[in-house]
Amino acid sequence: MAEYNTMELMICAAARELENGATVAVGTGAPCAATMLAQKTGAPDLVIIFEAGGIAPLLPTMPISVGDSRTFYKAVMASGMCDVMETMARGIVDYCFLGGAQIDMYGNINSTVIGDWENPKVRLPGSGGANDFGSMAWKTMIITVQDKRRFVEKVDFITTPGYLNGPGAREEAGLAPGTGPHKVITNMAVLGYDDETKRMRVESIHKGYTFEDVQENVSFELLKAPKIVETPEPTLDELRILREEVDPDGYIIGR
Amino acid sequence: MLEIIEEGSGPLFMDPDADKAREFFKKKSRTLVPKVMSVKEAVEKFVHDGEYLAIGGFGANRIPTAICHEIVRQGRKNMAFAGHTSTHDFQILAAGEVFDRCDIAYIIGLEARGLSPNARRYMESGKVQSCEWTNYAMACRFKAAAAGVSFMPARNVMGTDTFKKSAAKIAKCPFTGKKYILYPALWPDVSAIHVHEADVYGNARIKGISIADLELARASKHLILTTERLVPNEYIRSDPTSTVIPYYLVDAVCEVPYGSYPGNMPYEYFSDEEHLRLWLTKEKNPDEFKEFLNEYIYGTKDFNEYLELCGGIERINNLRAVEHNIDIKR
Repeated sequence: MAEYNTMELMICAAARELENGATVAVGTGAPCAATMLAQKTGAPDLVIIFEAGGIAPLLPTMPISVGDSRTFYKAVMASGMCDVMETMARGIVDYCFLGGAQIDMYGNINSTVIGDWENPKVRLPGSGGANDFGSMAWKTMIITVQDKRRFVEKVDFITTPGYLNGPGAREEAGLAPGTGPHKVITNMAVLGYDDETKRMRVESIHKGYTFEDVQENVSFELLKAPKIVETPEPTLDELRILREEVDPDGYIIGR
Repeated sequence: MLEIIEEGSGPLFMDPDADKAREFFKKKSRTLVPKVMSVKEAVEKFVHDGEYLAIGGFGANRIPTAICHEIVRQGRKNMAFAGHTSTHDFQILAAGEVFDRCDIAYIIGLEARGLSPNARRYMESGKVQSCEWTNYAMACRFKAAAAGVSFMPARNVMGTDTFKKSAAKIAKCPFTGKKYILYPALWPDVSAIHVHEADVYGNARIKGISIADLELARASKHLILTTERLVPNEYIRSDPTSTVIPYYLVDAVCEVPYGSYPGNMPYEYFSDEEHLRLWLTKEKNPDEFKEFLNEYIYGTKDFNEYLELCGGIERINNLRAVEHNIDIKR
């Protein structure tokens, strides 16, 4: 079998979630690597969108910033922020990828402060475009290493809406129906959300881990999908493309 | 009347009244006159203590770095700042403690490069009054102002703490009865935008993504342009489709080649990651950072001297190569 590290596994697992022809709004880092990999494997017609205005670039290398010139390299359009966000508001963006310092069982994300907002222990950058993505894209994806400090019972500040406090809460708040958190890809598992409760659930577990491992590295109770499978391992092809074409300098995968 | 359902508790730093903005723009000159001046002169004339400042571009991409430096060099204080897609620009202005009020969409961070230790210290010091927004929310505020209306509805942010700490309102749509968030128009007193080409009057072209600069240019009461190159007016008139900022929005035109350095300028030069890392490293130690600022900002008379300190034309040529040769086979 192929040898791979955790980051490579997470990127490959995320790439497989993106079907051909879908539109996906990304940032830099692992999500961008996953999107590039998807484009070079099963989803050549994936439309990549960056918040600063880059639409459907043929990414030559990994961008450093979501607004740098690579994000619209050989793109179909070099647009602007309002156009991108409003494309999302019109329901044309299928997926978005987000990060954050804290996430709870409803997929609410904090990237604003650790501690109290008035008197923060750590002031973080704030929403940026995260809330816009998480509010308006159909499906929100997250790639992150899991631990109890990151997967918390209650986030210190809801920067970006997940399912807020449960079923119907997004719609009640005024957000577009049918939008919300979709998958969380961690170093141990692929998590999704239970249709009825809108709570995070384990859907597949990476080789070498058990449900207990996944649960122990989260501060809230995880639900179980009706059938939990083992996450398919990256193929040799995926790993080759990832290492040679997507991230040859090893910025993200660390090789 | 719109039925208001919920209000954020954050402070509104600027009056969103469209008629007051019209009164201002009624008096703004439309005369086609040359507006070329030095960065120093532009900041002296159009950037004042206590005013509301916005910076174009995207943090370390197509930013008017020279203007940010000069604002710090001239010691502007007590300003309000639009922390919209701001990264290296925010880092510079926070180093000068230029603002004490901040509309926050994205601050402190330099994206994947990490957080600015000094900007973090400044924002955690309690010296800055803040209000939370998002990148699109701030773009909507500029867009409302650009459209000459006092608010713009959108479909994000509702249900979150970002809303609670904003100065937005949630209202019922008079047509559908559904909830929308309303963003108050924002007319900055002064903004600075870096462009690829401008003529002496301020007619300007931008290549690549526009981010929120087209809205910002139209929202700003005063607008300073820095440009990679001055071009003749006939050149602008030969292809009016390419003009994105018309001259009557503009108050000052400063020719600053490599003016987005150490940021990226699309089709010109890539970002200087080494120099951006130097800022982050120096900031870890407040004393070292003070020395760094003394050498690079307070000790330089203008942007050219700063560029020289950073490696000058040789460095720029390397960054031009990075920008243009990204297709080279490894």
